[in-house]
Amino acid sequence: MGELRLMKGNEVLAEAAIRCGCDAYFGYPITPQSEVMETLMEQRPWDTTGMVVLQAESEVASINMVYGAAAAGKKAMTSSSSPGISLMAEGISYIAGAELPCLIVNVQRGGPGLGTIQPSQADYFQAVKGGGHGDYRLITLAPASVQEMHDFVKLAFDLAFKYRNPAMILTDGALGQMMEKVELADYTPRRTKEEILDQCGSWATTGKTSGREKHVITSLEMDSHKMEQNNLRFQEKFKEIEATEVRYEAIRCEDAELILVAFGTSSRICQKAIELAREKGIKVGLIRPITLYPFPSAIIAELAPKVKGFLSVEMSAGQMVEDVKLAVYEARCTTPVKHFGRMGGILPSPNEVVDALETKF
Amino acid sequence: MTEELIIAGFGGQGVLSMGKILAYSGIMDNKEVTWFPSYGPEMRGGTANVTVIVSDKRISSPVLHEFDTAIILNQQSMDKFENSVKPGGVLLYDPNGIIHPPTRTDIQVYKVEGTVTAVEMGNPRVFNMIIVGGYLKVRPIVSLEHVEKGLEKSLPSRYHNLIPLNLEAIRKGQEIVEKVN
Repeated sequence: MGELRLMKGNEVLAEAAIRCGCDAYFGYPITPQSEVMETLMEQRPWDTTGMVVLQAESEVASINMVYGAAAAGKKAMTSSSSPGISLMAEGISYIAGAELPCLIVNVQRGGPGLGTIQPSQADYFQAVKGGGHGDYRLITLAPASVQEMHDFVKLAFDLAFKYRNPAMILTDGALGQMMEKVELADYTPRRTKEEILDQCGSWATTGKTSGREKHVITSLEMDSHKMEQNNLRFQEKFKEIEATEVRYEAIRCEDAELILVAFGTSSRICQKAIELAREKGIKVGLIRPITLYPFPSAIIAELAPKVKGFLSVEMSAGQMVEDVKLAVYEARCTTPVKHFGRMGGILPSPNEVVDALETKF
Repeated sequence: MTEELIIAGFGGQGVLSMGKILAYSGIMDNKEVTWFPSYGPEMRGGTANVTVIVSDKRISSPVLHEFDTAIILNQQSMDKFENSVKPGGVLLYDPNGIIHPPTRTDIQVYKVEGTVTAVEMGNPRVFNMIIVGGYLKVRPIVSLEHVEKGLEKSLPSRYHNLIPLNLEAIRKGQEIVEKVN
């Protein structure tokens, strides 16, 4: 058993990065995620593992530093909160276009604009549908506990390198600021130069040796036919991700007549709502998407003909609800899909979720 | 056993660290814990509160709107959280600065003269540990042995010489807590 500690979600993101052999973190402070870089600066991993930690002059600079480090085959990451992620959108699209692995963490706060510093989930569309321009996807993981904030750092890097695609941890200010018991992984050393050559030698800019073809990292292609071929290759990759990497948790769905769909902090609130609703005799279960992209459509399609309805509970005006509706539609069902949410940094209470179940169905 | 607790008072009273010590004590007792603070503008000079849940089972929502126990350390928090205690639950408060004492009769109300006693003990900073003592007398969710281990874990080692004083303050709080209704 690893070391047990009581830690904030933000602190554990930093600790997990060091422990999984991350090579570089570039970031710029913003509430409610500043503890990520603060923890890294306190831990001084450059003295131990050799990991680079750098406070850049802006979010735009941070993401482009990540781009550069990723091009060299390094495990690079950044973290920010909603407005900062918007600033990074261009860089994220370039990284996806150049097919590079990296980790971006979004500890969401209420928007739009500068919004508020309280927790929100209103960047779902931005994470899973775009944010930046062009036909790309982010592998998007949604932790629901401080333990998962820890575990998903390694998982996100593994998936990013497996598919040469940026991965995002989409979390929120509540998970970033709250403390829970967490079991820390043992230290994995950073990869050696030989290991990087072995894993990324076919594409990374690791220093050209004589006889080796030159590696060009770019998202630019002036020949539109070649650019279409690139896009077709990306789409093949996304199909494989959708077929292979869906992760979700099903809670008390066996006898459920109504299904809540919720991720992250909302999914925790929904678990309390299930306890309260079942005391009232409402048979309700929960599908908790762990990967938001790829979205767990299949399980929703499987449940659609068996249940009376789905309630998507989100800290937003209703974004994931569209993906729930698509899954039900593709199952050729007419099962009602409703949404309940609070916005602007307000957390829904478990009682409000029960009320929504009672009034909407 | 699941205890859903809110601690609320002024920033600087040690509200968040009381919660942290209780949460760490829970971990030492092999329990599941969550610690969810208010953060943001209200933390910078105004009221502060933290929700702590200690349970034998996996904890669902870290965010709650009603509580088994409320520890109230100023009037603003009394106004805000008196009605959030579940019927049959516990409200424990320090009467210092409380102009309108709690009026509910469907809950158990206790008071701990933490501020006054801390001054008597010669160290106002042990105030929050006196309150923790009063709370643990009423709701013994963790043993003193686990609290001692929790203090060791949550305090930086340069403060470990203060652990005996903190434990003394907890014992003092256990002695002076009194039921009001």
